[in-house]
Amino acid sequence: MPAKAGDKQRQGQSGPSGGKPVPPKPAKPAYKRRDEDVSTEAVEVVDEAGNILVKPPDQLELTEAELKEEITRVLTANNPQAPQNIIRYSFKDGLYKPISHVDQMAIHFSLNGNLIPKDSDEGRRQSLKLTTAAEKAPVETSATAPEEAAIKDEERTEDTQAAGEGEAEESGTAEAAEAADAEEPPPPAVKERKLANQFNFIDRPSWTPRYPVRDRACQSEPTPCKTLSDDINQWVIHDAYVEELRKREESKEKEKPKAQVAKKEEKKTKKKGRKLISLDSQSDEMNKISKAAKIVERMVNQNTFDGIAQDFKYFEDDSDEFRDQKGTLLPLWKFQYEKTRRLAVTAISWNPKYKDLFAVGYGSYNFMKQGKGMLLLYTMKNPSFPEYIFRTESGIMCLDFHNDYPYLVAVGFYDGNVAIYNLKKATSQPSYKSNAKSGKHTEPVWQVKWQKDDMDNNLNFFSVSSDGRIVSWTLVKNELVHTDIIKLSVEGTAMQGPEGLQLQTLGCGTSFDFHKKIDYLFLVGTEEGKIYKCSKCYSSQFLDVFEAHNMAVDSVSWNPYHSKVFISCSSDWTVKIWDHTIKTPMFVFDLNSAVGDVAWSPYSSTVFAAVTTDGKAHVFDLNVNKYEALCTQLVMNKMKSKITHIQFNPVYPVVVIGGERGFVVTLKLSPNLRKMPKEKKGQEVKKGPEVEIPKLDKLLKLVREPENTTEE
Amino acid sequence: MADTGEGKKEESDYKRLHSFPLIRHTDMPEEMRVEAMELCVTACEKYATNNESAAKMIKEMMDKKFGSSWHVVIGEAFGFEITHEVKNLLYMFFGGSLAVCVWKCS
Repeated sequence: MPAKAGDKQRQGQSGPSGGKPVPPKPAKPAYKRRDEDVSTEAVEVVDEAGNILVKPPDQLELTEAELKEEITRVLTANNPQAPQNIIRYSFKDGLYKPISHVDQMAIHFSLNGNLIPKDSDEGRRQSLKLTTAAEKAPVETSATAPEEAAIKDEERTEDTQAAGEGEAEESGTAEAAEAADAEEPPPPAVKERKLANQFNFIDRPSWTPRYPVRDRACQSEPTPCKTLSDDINQWVIHDAYVEELRKREESKEKEKPKAQVAKKEEKKTKKKGRKLISLDSQSDEMNKISKAAKIVERMVNQNTFDGIAQDFKYFEDDSDEFRDQKGTLLPLWKFQYEKTRRLAVTAISWNPKYKDLFAVGYGSYNFMKQGKGMLLLYTMKNPSFPEYIFRTESGIMCLDFHNDYPYLVAVGFYDGNVAIYNLKKATSQPSYKSNAKSGKHTEPVWQVKWQKDDMDNNLNFFSVSSDGRIVSWTLVKNELVHTDIIKLSVEGTAMQGPEGLQLQTLGCGTSFDFHKKIDYLFLVGTEEGKIYKCSKCYSSQFLDVFEAHNMAVDSVSWNPYHSKVFISCSSDWTVKIWDHTIKTPMFVFDLNSAVGDVAWSPYSSTVFAAVTTDGKAHVFDLNVNKYEALCTQLVMNKMKSKITHIQFNPVYPVVVIGGERGFVVTLKLSPNLRKMPKEKKGQEVKKGPEVEIPKLDKLLKLVREPENTTEE
Repeated sequence: MADTGEGKKEESDYKRLHSFPLIRHTDMPEEMRVEAMELCVTACEKYATNNESAAKMIKEMMDKKFGSSWHVVIGEAFGFEITHEVKNLLYMFFGGSLAVCVWKCS
């Protein structure tokens, strides 16, 4: 059936428009049948009507009976392409169900027309426009336009009819469309209105950002030019050559004798010059950063020893309240320099101007082992490296800063020399030094002390030595001039020498101290254990003698406040406090070990500290405890290292202690050791000598009176 | 005769003695000076008879080595007034009788 239906379609008759079943007209071409063979070739056959028919080689061979057979075909209006067995899922029943009615409509062609009914709004508007346009335009054109349209229509209908049956439907719709088109073009042509294009293009312009343009011009500087003008001739050339030859000959003559030496020298100087230049440049660079480097060094030190710095500044040991008036020494920085490891600290002194700077002299107390010495100046701001380093040939025994010129240091050596170092100058040699000719001591100089400038405004200082001489050195016109002040003669030991001379054995002075107020008065301690009270004015006699100790007096020191009191210490394990008017000591302290050094504190008249060879430091406050030390603290651990010197810092509550192994420690005094007189309510606290003197006086009176009574 | 003989001898001696390159005036840096001098000597020896070729050779070499616009004058007697770029002038004598002036000016 479908095959046959297809045949029908080919012939041009389809369902919807046709409607009527057309009885089939099978083509019956009259053809000669050949019984003989079935030919496969295409055979031309002539039809009944006279048409020439071509028989394809594979046409079906049918019998007459078959050919006559009438086959009924029924044409329906069904769409052969439409599916006949559509199954859809029915949600209502919950199963697949065949759809009974299938849409049979097949659309072969569709065209959207743009016909507008005349009666609608748009139609009326257009007709109005048409009429107005027609009025404006010449009548002829308007008349011809519809005529043309009508003619066109007629032509078209004729055309469509001539085209054939098959295109009936299409032509119908096309006709209508063309008619509509025909109507429309004339009015737009009249109006000259722009048609929207088929694809609906939209113009959308855009503009890229315009970059601002700037003019810039540059002109290079012309290369520097110079002019030269000259005139040459043969004689000019000749003269020049002659001159040159002459010069060369002369230089050759000079070169010959001095050739080698000069060349070498030149080379050397050149090299040196170069080296010097390079060094200078280096040192210039170094100088530039030296200041910065110094600051950085100090900062690094401060950071490293931050805890100590904080302690030094702020730490006050609160536990002192509970210690029942005893105090402690808090260790702060340790100062070490590798080259002084084998040397003993022989002298310590604080700089009067820079309160953090102190000088340490290194030498040796050992008679057998005498080597070189050093003078180092440390500052508390930099515990890792000394600020100034001076090497000396002989061990230093003592040193002293000048009060008014804090850059001058007087130093006494083991070999008996004295020297003055000027810190302002960068040399490592002393500015002035004594020698054998200028009257140096024959024995080690144990102490030096600056004095006030003499009448000629020359600097001068005193020195005491084991050779029994106390010498005053004066700096006169850049030379050290010595003056023997006194010779320490030992009483009762005058011997009869040859030829009637009286030889006096001289005592060996080991320490001395000048009175703070009474200028001419000074004390000298000797190796025999005696203390002489002397005056600068009397060169042969002492004012007084104290039988102080059994062994050598290591240190004597006037009280900074009280004008009558002084202290002395000795290797006989004792520290004694004296009133210089009384022959016997006021206080005696036995410290169980040889006392190396003793020092008054600068802030109180009753506080002093002593160091012993067993490594302990003792701090006393007579106001608090007259018999015992407030603090006895082991400062140096190792057995072999004795403590040799102690000094109080004039400003800070710090003591610096030096030992035999060459190292220096600073310790902070705890509050108990620094007690000031208590405030009475409502009264001002007086500080300074006014308070200190009566304080000590009171103590002395206590001590004195029973003595007076015992004496009696 | 002897005089003239001696004169000739002197001349040849003088030429021999005076043939070394002698710098009359220059403000070139050391390296440039040495190079330019050697170049001039080479050129003059090569083109002993033709000053123009020698000058040409010198000028082209200098242009290549030290940048454009060098000027060269070679001769036995001339006067000149030139403007030259600073540190680019060489004025020397050579061969006992030749003077060479080399300068740069664009």
